[in-house]
Amino acid sequence: MDTNAHADGIDATYAHPERLVTTAWLADRIAAGETGPGSDLVILESDEDVLLFETGHIPTAQKLDWHQDLNDPLTRDYVDAEQFARLMTERGIGRETQVVIYGDKSNWWAAYALWVLTLFGHEKAALLDGGRTKWVAEGREMTRELPALPAAGARAAYPVVERDDAPIRAFKDDVLAHLGKPLVDVRSPGEFSGELLHMPDYPQEGAVRGGHIPGAKSVPWARAANEDGTFKSRAELEAIYLDEQGLTPEEEVIAYCRIGERSSHTWFVLHHLLGFERVRNYDGSWTEWGNAVRVPIEK
Amino acid sequence: MPTSLAEIAADFREVSARDRLQLLLEFSDGLPDLPERYADAPEALEQVHECQSPLFLAVEVAQEPGVSPGDQRVRLFFSAPPEAPTTRGFAGILHEGLDGLTAAEVLATPAQAPMTFGLAEVVSPLRMRGMVAMLSRIKRQVAVQTAR
Repeated sequence: MDTNAHADGIDATYAHPERLVTTAWLADRIAAGETGPGSDLVILESDEDVLLFETGHIPTAQKLDWHQDLNDPLTRDYVDAEQFARLMTERGIGRETQVVIYGDKSNWWAAYALWVLTLFGHEKAALLDGGRTKWVAEGREMTRELPALPAAGARAAYPVVERDDAPIRAFKDDVLAHLGKPLVDVRSPGEFSGELLHMPDYPQEGAVRGGHIPGAKSVPWARAANEDGTFKSRAELEAIYLDEQGLTPEEEVIAYCRIGERSSHTWFVLHHLLGFERVRNYDGSWTEWGNAVRVPIEK
Repeated sequence: MPTSLAEIAADFREVSARDRLQLLLEFSDGLPDLPERYADAPEALEQVHECQSPLFLAVEVAQEPGVSPGDQRVRLFFSAPPEAPTTRGFAGILHEGLDGLTAAEVLATPAQAPMTFGLAEVVSPLRMRGMVAMLSRIKRQVAVQTAR
């Protein structure tokens, strides 16, 4: 399937424009009956609010829930190879299936889900530019119906593929070794400065310390998105990340936020849109760093 | 814990995780709109900042003469956008379980009551803080209004 056919409406100067599809393109594919479990194109919804899918979703879409589906129930980690293969098989997704993911909040969680798919090497994954909000704002069809799944026996099993975290995932020790090199903190300015942990009466995330990782640049994730949830153009993104923040695509960059959800959005921007080769998401993020003993903190 | 709320909690615990989400969705769909006097005066509402989504609430404790403060009836009002169904669901549960009870009954509701619904497994423990915060703010308002 030619995903470059969606090029209309997606900035062709992005490093990897095939990682985004437009609402119009997706609507046409749905109308042509080309989408759904077992077909070449499977649509997944991934939201912060776990009930949002149930209130209505894009026709033929299935839910991929970050909380229930992508996280290991015991250890703070993502699912393993067997669990992932089962998740994909259940949704009628094969190794060669083109997956399009969308969600709420300018595709925060959709980007997170895409990042997890990337850990397992599922490269044919794209985001719906503008996400759920844009689809709804354009008055496009939403349904509460679940798409028909191919019979369990008829579903091709997704191969069991071990995760390869190293290229795109950073752990605490990686960050400690990275200090002095580019770090992007994508949280709000109040979280960056540590101020948000000192508001009286408001229970916070449970981080015992506020502030940021020393040397990190503050680039709130939402700066990469337009009002309607779509990603800004390459030129606009370069103005922020390259000109303003001084990052260069040849450098190694690590992005973080609270639990790696917002920084997945920034990872997507730097890696797929701006062509940075070596970007890693530090998913432990502030919930780990702000609670870790003896790691350096700056305010 | 008030019987009405305990019964709702039992309903949630008795079903599978998947059905718990459906049930939460029903509470979300069933949350009554704000009456005009609040819809037109958003500044009269208290925002529950701990919630991930914009959730506003108002608490009214009746001032019936001859009725002790603890026996006065409590009315609850919530506002949460349709794109925040989990938050609306929590508000719906609290509305159904506590609206119309006496001040004493509301104040006696255990702070951790939201944790008895079996929702932390399906919705995430972080989200549950929002529901705990809603209850805590409701109780604080009831306490303040009955002290007058």
